[in-house]
Amino acid sequence: MRILIIEDDSEASEYLVKAFREQGHVAEHAADGLAGYGRASEGDYDVLIVDRMLPKMDGLSLISGLREQGVETPALILSALGQVDDRVKGLRAGGDDYLPKPYAFSELMARVEALARRRVGPKGEETQYRVGDLELDRLSHKVTVGGQEVALQPREFRLLEYLMKHAGQVVTRTMLLENVWDYHFDPQTNVIDVHISRLRSKIDKGRENPLLHTIRGAGYMIRDGAR
Amino acid sequence: MTALGKLFRTTAFKLSIAYLVLFSIGAGLVLARVGARVKEVLDEQIEQTVDAEIRALSEQYAQGGLRQLANALERRVRAPGGSLYLLSSHSGDVIVGNIEAPAFAPGGTELVETTYERRGEPGIKHPALLRLFLLPGSFRLLIGHDIEDHEVLRGILRSALGVSLFWLVLVGAFGGLFVAHRMLERVDVMSASARRIMAGDMHERLAISGAGDELDRLAENFNAMLARISELMAGLREVSDNIAHDLKTPLTRLRNRAEAALRASSDDREHRAALAAVIEESDSLIGVFNALLMIARAEAGYSSDHMAEFDADAVVRDIAEMYEPVAEEQGASLDVATQDGLKVTGSRELLGQALVNLVDNALKYGATGGDRRIAVEARRVGDRVEIVVSDRGPGIPASDRERVVGRFVRLENSRSRPGSGLGLSLAAAVARMHHGALRIEDNAPGLRVVLSLPAMRMTAGPTARMERA
Repeated sequence: MRILIIEDDSEASEYLVKAFREQGHVAEHAADGLAGYGRASEGDYDVLIVDRMLPKMDGLSLISGLREQGVETPALILSALGQVDDRVKGLRAGGDDYLPKPYAFSELMARVEALARRRVGPKGEETQYRVGDLELDRLSHKVTVGGQEVALQPREFRLLEYLMKHAGQVVTRTMLLENVWDYHFDPQTNVIDVHISRLRSKIDKGRENPLLHTIRGAGYMIRDGAR
Repeated sequence: MTALGKLFRTTAFKLSIAYLVLFSIGAGLVLARVGARVKEVLDEQIEQTVDAEIRALSEQYAQGGLRQLANALERRVRAPGGSLYLLSSHSGDVIVGNIEAPAFAPGGTELVETTYERRGEPGIKHPALLRLFLLPGSFRLLIGHDIEDHEVLRGILRSALGVSLFWLVLVGAFGGLFVAHRMLERVDVMSASARRIMAGDMHERLAISGAGDELDRLAENFNAMLARISELMAGLREVSDNIAHDLKTPLTRLRNRAEAALRASSDDREHRAALAAVIEESDSLIGVFNALLMIARAEAGYSSDHMAEFDADAVVRDIAEMYEPVAEEQGASLDVATQDGLKVTGSRELLGQALVNLVDNALKYGATGGDRRIAVEARRVGDRVEIVVSDRGPGIPASDRERVVGRFVRLENSRSRPGSGLGLSLAAAVARMHHGALRIEDNAPGLRVVLSLPAMRMTAGPTARMERA
C-alpha cells in the first residue's frame, strides 16, 4: 500500500513513516500543504494522511482542491489536540475519515487499511459476505453458520456486517462505535467488548478455529481461522 | 472633568434638555396660534361693527345727504366707545370726527390697520382699523375702530408666553439636572462597585435601590452575571488545582513504570509488559484530557452549526441498547421507557456521551447491592424533555449532591473504582449547553439523575413506548 503522509511535525511524520514501513507499506512524506498537494495530484497513492493544520495550504483546502481536480484518493484527516474536532467540516471538504490527535498507531493503521480496501474493492457493494462457513446476506438479513441459520438482534447484525465487510482487517472499537452505532465519542471501557462477546457466542460457539479474533491493543478481526 | 461638567454630559441631562427644547417649541407654537386666532376673531368682530355702521350711515346719507350724515356722525362721536369717525372735505378740512386726519390715508375701501391720533391729543398714536369712503363732492369719510384693547390683549398673551416659557425652561432645566444628578449618583455608585470588583473583590455586588426601574434591572442582571463569573472562576481554580493533583498521580506512576523498566534486566518480555502498561496509562490520561476538553467545549457553548434537531428518545434507546449487555453481564437489568418524538435541539453526540456517563455511573456505583435494577426513561414534562437514569443502590447523601457535579470530585466510597470524576461534570455541562439542567435526586432507595432539556414543539403524539431491553 502506498501512503502519503502530509504532516508538518517532523517527529510525528518520521514516526509514522517508520511505523508504516515496518508494516511493509510504502510511506512517503510531505512537510507542507503545497508540497503535499503536488505529490498527491501526481503520484499514485492508495491513501493520504493529511494533518488539518499545515503551512502554506491547510489540510481541508488541500483535500477539496484535490477533489475538484478529480483526484479521488481516499484521505484521512488528522486534527490536533485542543482543536475542536470538526468532523463534519472535514468530511464535507472531501475527507473520508477523521481522527483526532492523539491517536494510537493501531487505530490509524486500521482506518488506513479500511480506506485502502475501500478503494481497491469492487465498485458495487456486495450483497453477500462469506468468511469460512459463515455467510451473511445483506438483503434478506439472514446469517448462517454452516448452513444453519443464526438469529441475530438488529444491532448484532450490523456489527457482524461491518466486521465481515472488513474481513481480514483490524477493526477498532472506535470504528465500530462510529459505523455500527453512529456515535463518535470514546467508547467507555468494555461496552464494545461485551457486544462482541455476545456475537461471538452466536457465531463461534463450539468452534475449534474461531472466526472472530481479538487483536490485542487494537481491536477485532474476522477471518477464516482454518486458512 | 468637574462635577457639573459631568452632570451636563449625562444622558439624563441631555435628554431632558432635548425634551425641553422640543416642548418649548411646541408650547410656543400653541400660544402663537392662540394669539393669531384671537386677533382674527377680534378683527372679524370689528369688521362686522364697522360694516353695521357703514350700513346705518349710508341710510342717513341716502335720506338726508351730507347734512344728515354729519348730524348722525356728530351724535355718534359724542357717544362713548371705540368707534372712530372722520368726515373731511376735499381740501382736508375736518367737518366732523373724533380723530385727526391720519398721516397715512388708507386707500381703497378695505379695512386697514394703521395708527391715528385722537383729537386734542396730538402726537400720541393709537392703533386702529380704518376704512375709507369717498362720497360725491370729493368728501372723504373714515370709519374705523380703535384696537388698543386688542393690542393689550395680545401683549398679555405674548408676555404669558414669555413667562411660561421662562418657567418651563427653568423648571425643565432644574428637573433635568435633578434627574441627571440622581441617575449619576446611582451610576457613580455602580461604577465604584465595578472598580472594586475589577480590583479583585469578586464578592462586591451592585446596589439595588428597590425602585424596580431599569437601573435596578440592569444591576440585577449584572449581579447575576457576576455570580456566574465567580462561579466559573471558582470552578476554574478548583479545576486547575484538581488537574494538578489528579494528573500528578498517574504521571508519577507512568514515570515510575518507565524508570523501573529501564533499570530492570534486559528481559524483552518484561520490557514489553512495562511498555504496554505505560501505553495503557497514557491512554487513560488522554481520556481524561479528552473529557476535560469536551467539558470545556460544552461549557463554552457549541457553535450553532453543530446544533441540530434530533430525537432525544432515539439517543436514549441507542445508549440503553448499547449498555444492556454490559448490565446483563454484571447481573443488573436495564429497563427502558421512552416516549416517541422527543425532539430537542443540540448535539446528539454530546447528549449521547452524557447519557453514557450516567448509565456507566449507575452500573458502576448503583448496581452493586442486592437490587440491581436500573431504569432509563425519557419523557416530556411540560415544555421540557426529561431523561432520567435511576438506580437502587446506595445513592448519594443530600449534602454531597451538589459537590459531586464538580470536576474531578469523587466521593469516598467510589475512590477504589476506576474513574476520573468527570462523568457527572460532563453531563452537567452538556445539560447547561442545551439550556437545561442536571438534577441529582433521591430515588429512595438509590440515585436518580435527571437531565432536563428544553423541548422543541411537539410534532408527534406522546405515545408511550415501553420495552424491556
